[in-house]
Amino acid sequence: MTHFRKSIATVLLSLVAGAALADATLLNASYDVARDVYKDYNPMFQKHWKANAGESVELKQSHGGSTKQVRAVADGLEADVVTMNQANDIEFLAEKGLVAKDWAKKFPNNASPYTSAMVFIVRKGNPKALKDWADLAAPGVQVIMPHPKNTGNGRNTYLSAWAWALKQPGGSDKTAQEFVGKLLKNAPLFAAGGRDATTTFMQRGMGDALITFESEAEMIAKEFGKGNFEVIHPSLTMQTEFPVAVVEKVVDKKGTRKQATAYLEYLWSKEGQENAAQNYLRPRDAELLKKYAAFFPPVKTFTVDEVFGGANKAFATHFKDGGTFDQIYVAK
Amino acid sequence: MSSNKLTRATQEPAWVRYTLLTVGLGFLFFFLGLPLVAVFVEALAQGLPIYLEALKESETRSAIWLTIVIALAVLPFNILFGVAAAWAIAKFEFKGKSLLITLIDLPFAVSPVVAGLIFILMFGSQGYFGEWLAAKDVKIIFAVPGMILATLFITFPFIARELIPLMQSQGKDEEEAAISLGASGWQMFWRVTLPNIKWGLLYGVILSNARAMGEFGAVSVVSGHIRGETNTLPLHVEILYNEYNAIGAFAAASVLALLALVTLVAKTIVEWRMKAETDMLNAELPGEKT
Repeated sequence: MTHFRKSIATVLLSLVAGAALADATLLNASYDVARDVYKDYNPMFQKHWKANAGESVELKQSHGGSTKQVRAVADGLEADVVTMNQANDIEFLAEKGLVAKDWAKKFPNNASPYTSAMVFIVRKGNPKALKDWADLAAPGVQVIMPHPKNTGNGRNTYLSAWAWALKQPGGSDKTAQEFVGKLLKNAPLFAAGGRDATTTFMQRGMGDALITFESEAEMIAKEFGKGNFEVIHPSLTMQTEFPVAVVEKVVDKKGTRKQATAYLEYLWSKEGQENAAQNYLRPRDAELLKKYAAFFPPVKTFTVDEVFGGANKAFATHFKDGGTFDQIYVAK
Repeated sequence: MSSNKLTRATQEPAWVRYTLLTVGLGFLFFFLGLPLVAVFVEALAQGLPIYLEALKESETRSAIWLTIVIALAVLPFNILFGVAAAWAIAKFEFKGKSLLITLIDLPFAVSPVVAGLIFILMFGSQGYFGEWLAAKDVKIIFAVPGMILATLFITFPFIARELIPLMQSQGKDEEEAAISLGASGWQMFWRVTLPNIKWGLLYGVILSNARAMGEFGAVSVVSGHIRGETNTLPLHVEILYNEYNAIGAFAAASVLALLALVTLVAKTIVEWRMKAETDMLNAELPGEKT
């Protein structure tokens, strides 16, 4: 029994002591596949900060679904910084007054240190010769994607298809809506999330194409083997951003504004950008993008701001109750 | 003739018996056996060294510890409240008793996620006590205290539910006898009541413990998912799986499965002891045997 008590005491002590060892502690609340990126980035920043500011800083990570994470921050999870995969989620924190209203201008590149693109993953040898969005909407093709209404993956897929149809000769919102309707008809189900969609496609063997982030394709390769699928870049696709922000309310309370800002700024440094590239995220640094060209074939992309006038507007038009998705899906 | 009919009524033809057996056992195998085996097969898919390596990771180890710490922290409260509630309900008549029973069952009826959200509503920074707590710099939500509270809420009914029928069936004769022989309240409780309910209590403890360690929904809402700090095993399994770290996820899941197996063994032993004790009592009191 005393042995037992001792070990409990040790655990409780270590929980308390963890915070006391470093000069400052930062909590980074992130989306759920961000771990690999920040696992390598955190030690780099610690070294950088020690050398430049002479301070040791402890870095903690919290991972979960992007929307769930910002809700937790709004409810009191004391994250100093948020690093997300959707602008909507940071916008939500800005509305709550936790993040600066002009958060996107606080850092370069729309406060997104790296990007990715929506790609198709098809079976080995691409048996149905799926090359572009039009092929996915053809009869007899099955497309696996997460739910467009409540997942980032799903929304990006939906908007990519919409933008592609819009840019076709004679394209209008009307033809785009028709096209997306056809595409959605080819989805036998809507997966609950990105990981769920991958499992459906890779493990259950359903569907001819999976639509996901370019960066995720490499994670799939890690688990399921590189030779089992092919990555297809369509003629036009969405450049997805990974916005970051300092949580003003928390850093003011904890007195960590300096460290938190530096932590995010360092993402744009040569080291930070190279780390992103090594984790299959397209760096903003043009030189590095060239260096890693083998991972990142040139692809024509659009941003949500260009085509849809911002993430909030896109959400309101397409995914709010009664938006275009509801119109299409009811019609289906 | 009639006895022949009776035997036939209870002895189905062989093919019916074997079909039923096959269906039953097949079901058991596919829905309980296979998943359990799959957890270990997946965890060991790349060999024992990699499995052990996955378990050695500090985040996984801290998740194991946190799971155990929470289960242990919840235990004394559950025992105290469970025994007190069962005592009041089984041995006394009072107004509002049925209301109390309904309240005790509430955690069974409420979805765990909703249970978690209740705590966010109360202690979250936008919640009723949020500002007050923030001013005092007390962290409940997204920290270990909140997770203990959520687990407590979920596991609260188990011990009371186990004890109420047991105490009701035992009646209060023995307690009354103890009091009339001059025992104090405490003496009666320690020497009469507690020995009578000990196996039932232990059984309730095991059930609530199993639930506490496996709880996902409520804890997920209040955890904040800080790695190495507020991730319990079930939460850690989810995040590893989402990160395409199948080995890590299944290795952590195998630890949970092992904890469950230990619980199962403990439960069987307790059940066996309970039965042995009742059999002994029945043998001692042949006249009262029913």
